[in-house]
Amino acid sequence: MTSPLILRGLCKSYGGARVVDGLDLELEPGRCHGLLGPNGAGKTTTLRLALGLIGADAGTVDLLGYPMPEQAALARRKVGVVPQIDSLDPDFTVRENLLTYGRYFGMKGREIEARIPYLLEFSGLAGKADAPINNLSGGMKRRLTLARALVNDPDLIFLDEPTTGLDPQARHLIWQGLRRLIGQGKTLLLTTHFMDEAERLCDVISVLDQGRVIVRGSPRELIRQHIEPHVVEIFGDGLNEWKTCAISDPAAQRLSTLSSPAGGGGAGGEGFCRRCETAGETLFCYTDTPEIVVAELEAQPGLRYLHRPANLEDVFLKLTGRDLRD
Amino acid sequence: MINLNWYPVWRRNFLVWKKLAIPSLLGNLADPMLYMLGLGYGLGGLLQAVDGVPYLNFLAAGTLAYSVMNSATFETLYSAFSRMHVQKTWEAILNTPLTLKDVLLGELAWATSKSLLSAAAIMLVIWALGLYADFGMTLALLPVALLTGFCFAGMGLAINAVSPNYDFFLYYFTLAITPMILLGGVFYPPSALPVWLADIAAWLPLTHAIELARPLVLGRIPSDILLHGLALIGYGLVGFSAALVLTQRRLLK
Repeated sequence: MTSPLILRGLCKSYGGARVVDGLDLELEPGRCHGLLGPNGAGKTTTLRLALGLIGADAGTVDLLGYPMPEQAALARRKVGVVPQIDSLDPDFTVRENLLTYGRYFGMKGREIEARIPYLLEFSGLAGKADAPINNLSGGMKRRLTLARALVNDPDLIFLDEPTTGLDPQARHLIWQGLRRLIGQGKTLLLTTHFMDEAERLCDVISVLDQGRVIVRGSPRELIRQHIEPHVVEIFGDGLNEWKTCAISDPAAQRLSTLSSPAGGGGAGGEGFCRRCETAGETLFCYTDTPEIVVAELEAQPGLRYLHRPANLEDVFLKLTGRDLRD
Repeated sequence: MINLNWYPVWRRNFLVWKKLAIPSLLGNLADPMLYMLGLGYGLGGLLQAVDGVPYLNFLAAGTLAYSVMNSATFETLYSAFSRMHVQKTWEAILNTPLTLKDVLLGELAWATSKSLLSAAAIMLVIWALGLYADFGMTLALLPVALLTGFCFAGMGLAINAVSPNYDFFLYYFTLAITPMILLGGVFYPPSALPVWLADIAAWLPLTHAIELARPLVLGRIPSDILLHGLALIGYGLVGFSAALVLTQRRLLK
């Protein structure tokens, strides 16, 4: 099967600022792809370029075999979009929303009606067909937006932060739906700020920063390649004293790389941690041997700590930094 | 309008309107009706015949044109702005195979349709009160309303495209719509104005609409049909072309 979406050397500037800067991306059919990046990294612009809503300054977009934006209307017949901002029709019921949206794809009323029971069941909205939109909860609205994106039975579905603002129950329902779609062989392209979401759902993740893909791989690969397997988060009243002491005790070399500036990883393998970062009142120790750190911390009654396996968020923060972007 | 891609957009607006048709119709009608009846009877009682007919008969065509203008203007300003800016309806549509041109054509056709409906309502009143001279000629008011609706829908969409919020529309009303109501010949014949002011008023789209509508109500064939018709189409086309470019710049850049 050919790739449903190929972006090559994509560039887009706004007022001299390069939002997308030589971006390459190729989706594998039937997989869920994550597009991660801090605010302003170019995620939404990339989606808009991919959909042919805007034209690129340079580079090419191939969506389902059609060049964008020239043949956008043809390509979008088989594309579904779950936008970031709610755009359901508040004057319509659930059914009317689906009917009206299907007509934008040139579908006949009967054709859409035949699909509505499936769409309602899929989105857990069976029995809500005639409910007005304003009576739906936030989670229901998101699920309806997902159902709406499926009205034309798309091959490729774009999801721009599909679970932002939802409670855990609602998020899990959306995830179930997305897994079902992957099971049906659909290709998904998902942007999210929730690293756990990306880790759970995505087969392939591309991390964007400053308009280009800086790394790409499965969540597990990225964690293995870019970060130590364990993290100990240390916080509490005595942190600064303990830190100073740990650094200034050369015999122990307890935190061997701590003397390097915060955020800068040390290369040395000796000591407790391979790499330490300070963020606010918390010290993050990245290590292969958490037992040594934990044992030391057990002897420090003033300090509290959390020991956990490294996750995608650690990779993300390491690659894109801890500074706020907006 | 080679293809009918815009039709689902028109239909969407129609379905929403259908839900609120009765209050919407009443709202559309009440305002022009009050002007027409209140001023027609009230002022008309103090006046000699205007243009050789009772003032109420004279006022009928102006009211029709004014009502068509208002209808198209409100639809393309407030309602279209809600769909574009607040509800993000247009953005949702742009993710489907439809283009911005389809969306704007649908809105243009819808606003024109609504203004036709306003015209039809005023025509019913004209017929019911016998304010016309020749029934057959009053039927020609429908194509006049179509052109007038198109004209103001096109211009309204251009204003909508550059508006940051609802308050902005007040400028358009103060600088364009209200002057047209007061100078365009709704309430009196343009000949009543000093020449220099009448010359300015002659350029206003609403004046062209009334120059076509008034003779038809009074039982005469309008003069300069081509000029007035082309002026309305011209204003509408310029407005719609600007709307296409400006909305593209606003939503898809």
